[in-house]
Formats: sequence, C-alpha cells, structure tokens
Amino acid sequence: MVDLSVQLKALRLKNPVMTASGTFGYGEEYLDFMDVSRIGGIIVKGTTIRPREGNDYPRMAETASGMLNAVGLQNKGVHYFVKHIYPRICDFNTNVLVNVSGSTVDDYVQAAEIIQELDKIPGIELNVSCPNVKEGGMAFGVSPRALSLVVKEVRAVYKKHLMLKLSPNVTDITELAKIAEDQGADSLSLINTLLGMAIDAENRRPKLSTVTGGLSGPCIKPVALRMVWQTYKAVKIPVIGIGGISNTADAIEFMLAGASAIQVGTANFIDPGVSVSIAEGITDYCRRHGFKSAKELTGSLIID
Amino acid sequence: MSSITNKQVLDFILYEKEEWANSALMKFKTTEVLPEIFPGQFVQVKIENSPDTYLRRPLSVNFTDRENSCLWLLVQKIGPGTRKLAGLALNSKVNMILPLGKSFTLPEPAKDSFQQQIMLIGGGIGTAPLLFLSKSLHERGYSPVFLLGGRSAADILQIDQFRLYGKVYVTTQDGSMGERGLVTEHSILKEMQPDRMYCCGPKPMMQAVASLARAKNCWCEVSLENLMACGFGACLCCVEKTTQGHVCTCTEGPVFNINQLLW
Repeated sequence: MVDLSVQLKALRLKNPVMTASGTFGYGEEYLDFMDVSRIGGIIVKGTTIRPREGNDYPRMAETASGMLNAVGLQNKGVHYFVKHIYPRICDFNTNVLVNVSGSTVDDYVQAAEIIQELDKIPGIELNVSCPNVKEGGMAFGVSPRALSLVVKEVRAVYKKHLMLKLSPNVTDITELAKIAEDQGADSLSLINTLLGMAIDAENRRPKLSTVTGGLSGPCIKPVALRMVWQTYKAVKIPVIGIGGISNTADAIEFMLAGASAIQVGTANFIDPGVSVSIAEGITDYCRRHGFKSAKELTGSLIID
Repeated sequence: MSSITNKQVLDFILYEKEEWANSALMKFKTTEVLPEIFPGQFVQVKIENSPDTYLRRPLSVNFTDRENSCLWLLVQKIGPGTRKLAGLALNSKVNMILPLGKSFTLPEPAKDSFQQQIMLIGGGIGTAPLLFLSKSLHERGYSPVFLLGGRSAADILQIDQFRLYGKVYVTTQDGSMGERGLVTEHSILKEMQPDRMYCCGPKPMMQAVASLARAKNCWCEVSLENLMACGFGACLCCVEKTTQGHVCTCTEGPVFNINQLLW
C-alpha cells in the first residue's frame, strides 16, 4: 500500500494532486467529470476584494502545445464568493484553497481577512503573478520590495496556510522565493503563466484584446521544471509544481525536481478528469519504483 | 431551454463521411448510450496527432439518432484542427465532451388554428445546428422557412435535407445559386413577417439579422461561436458582453436571445 499523502507544513493533502486556479472554476464545473474528493486539493478562481469584469474578448489564443489567455481575473468579488459560492462547495471532501489577488496591499489583506473566517477553507494562494491586469497582480511578483511587503502584511493577519504563487517573468526566481519564505509564506507554488503574445499576420492585429497574455500548457513545462528545481534548492518551505502538467509522468518529473505537490492547470480544459488519473498514476509509479510513499519522491532526482 | 443532461466524455467511431472541398459531413457512432442532446448544443472534439491543435474544437451538433447512438457534425475546414478532423479515415476513434451549452428555445407545439411563422437563417457553416433545430420544429408541427446564404453554391450544404422540413430560399454572394447578395438582402425578407427567427452564421451576418429582427419587432435567437478553451465554464475565455456583463458563451449560450446582447 503506497501512502500518497503529503504534508505542506500543517496542511495535509490526501495525495499530491491539486488543480490550478483559473483552470478549475470553483470545482462545480467538473462534478460531471470526476469525483473531486479523489484529489488532494483545488485552488479556486482568482478572487479579488471587488468584482471584476475582466478583459475584453478575445481573451484566448491557441499556440503550439498550449494557449495564451488574458482573462484578467474576472470574478464576482470576495463577498459574492462568501455568500453564494462557498456554501455550495464547502462540503467538497478535499482541500479548497482560494486564490487571492489585488491591486493594492490593502486589497490582499482585506480579502485574506474575509476568507480567514471561512471554516472550511484551510488556506489561500496569494496571486502576485497574474500578467493580465494593468495594476497590481504581477507587479507584486516581480518586484522584491513589493513582494516582501504584500507577503508580510498578509502574513500578519492570515493564520492558516499561506501559499504564494510565483511569477516566472523574472530574472532569478529564487530571489523572490527566498523573500517570500523570509516573510512567512508556508509554501510556494510555481509557475504562473509566462508573458507571451500572438499575432494574426493576415489582418496585422494581435490575437488578444490586451495584446499580451499568459502562456500555459505543455509548451511551458521545461521552463517550469527548471524553476521548480532551482527554487527547491534555494528554500526550505514546500514547493508546489505547476506548468503544463498533463499526465502522470509530468507530475512525477516535477516531484523528482523537488515539488512536494503539483497543480494540474490547462490540461483540465482538454481532459477534465485528468487530475484523478494522475493521482492514480502516482500510486502505480511508486509501486514500480519501490517508493512506499509519495513524499519520498520529492527531490529524489538522481544526478550522476 | 437548458439541458439537464450530465456532461460526458465519450469515444465515438467515425462511421460515415461525405467530404467536399471546404467541408465534411461526419457521422459518428458510440457504443455507449448517447445522452439526450437538444438543438443548438455543441460538442468539444479532441483532435489527436495535430501538434498545432492543443485545444478541443467546439462544433455544434448537426443531427442525432439516439436510437442508434449516432450524431452528425458538419465540419468546415478552417484551420489545422478542423482539416485534421475532416481528413480522418472511417473507423477512426474520436473523443468528445457532450452535450454542452444551452439549446435553442422551442415554441409550444403548433395548433391548427394558429401557425406561427418561423424563419431559420443560416450563413455558411452556420447552417449546421439549424438542420437539427428543423427536425425538432417539425416534430412540434411547424414548417419553417429557411434562408441559407454563402459565398457561392459550394457553401450551401444539405439543401435537400432542409427541403424535407420547409421551403428553402438561397442567396450567394457570387450569384451561383439563388439570389445574388447577402442573406439579409433576400427579397423574401420584404414579404415575410415572421413571428420567430433563429440565426447562426458569421457575427456580422447575425448582427445584421438582429437589426432586421428588431426592425420587424420579431423574437430572435442567435447562436454565437466565440473562441473557447474548455467549453464548460471553467476558462472564462469565450465571454460575450451582455446585459448581465461578461458571460460565458459556452454555458450561458451559445444560443442567446438578441435582447440579452449589446449588439
């Protein structure tokens, strides 16, 4: 019997598979396709203190082995979440974490305080890496000073699990990772989307209303894997790997590189039940390779 | 009408195919029970072995035969994904998520004393969901009028099938079939005062039809084809600005009453 459970500080996941924010709605969208209690956790859609309409259409462009999006944090705001969405999803038998974003430090702090009151939400994922909003978002994730401030202020008020989602759009991700650790983050999830762009040459126009957007899908996996490896070596807190994970092998690779858990993102759009298959596949891998628990996979890469 | 059918991921086999220069009519069969599908709903088709095609392709259902677990898709070869799909050999396995989206709103069954005039307007590949809709209208006792438009005669597909359900009028931009011009310029529109219009086609055409419907004070539903990633409300990419703000075309549509839209 393989023990699939993993521990992110005080937060226990029944298995290392979570679903990434912005790719899994509030979980409800997937109930026809899978049993959410069979994965370690879900991170719900980016939530802000006030409602956001998001960016104009078109917000999506397909790329080779991936896609660009420029949704721009469309959501109905944290108060709507508390009143209308939380009651519907609080009984999911898995960890439901809320992804929190904002334009100012105060936005983050207020949203975190409100979500802290929700008994069944064991943690938040602080989103300092959304490339699709004009102010805030990624600005916090690429500036050491701004990152330090936002993590410190949220940490001061938020007592549950504080996961920080890092941006890959930086020169040295370990610098930001260490700052987040120093300011009290419990874990680091990476990577968010890579800033990209697509053009329709025939009409000489960008394919996204915002011109640039966030690249996701299998095409970003090698970059994500490298950043997880670098970050794992630089910090002591758990690292959660994200970036193009589409099957069990991808998930295992991230764990070997140092991830304690992983998030399945864009692949949910194509194979809506894939996260459950990945969780099952990890058991199989552990058996075949003589691991008694999924925990042992973390950082077990062999470099000769 | 919203569907109460659970969404499923099902494998199909390509059973029959009729292929033209720019499109293909494909009949798929599954060994599972085909869920109930309503006209206007769509499927998300996985395109295998096509490196440029990462996402599924949303396609509206052209026709169904639930007894035999068959469904038809009318595929226009637009990009690498649809070309790959249309080029599949018979017996190829194709994976689909279905049924997705909200269907067209059907009128109450027709009464002998009062027969509503219903007009279905389709442009190019936009005629695809209208055939399925005509069958449902026919079952409710209606004989709709069809107005089909395309660039040339080659774009006017399944005309014989449409004729089984009602009278068909055609426009082509090059005049190779029916009246020359755009669908919204057809002479029948001057004569007829429909009670209901259903429309699917390129956005500029649907916007022109929506204006026409407003001018005639006619009830009108259109089916949008915004770009989407998931098809079931998770990615928030396919939004349309409506009276309710940005809503997902895949879950709140693809069929919208024109009163919901800001056109």
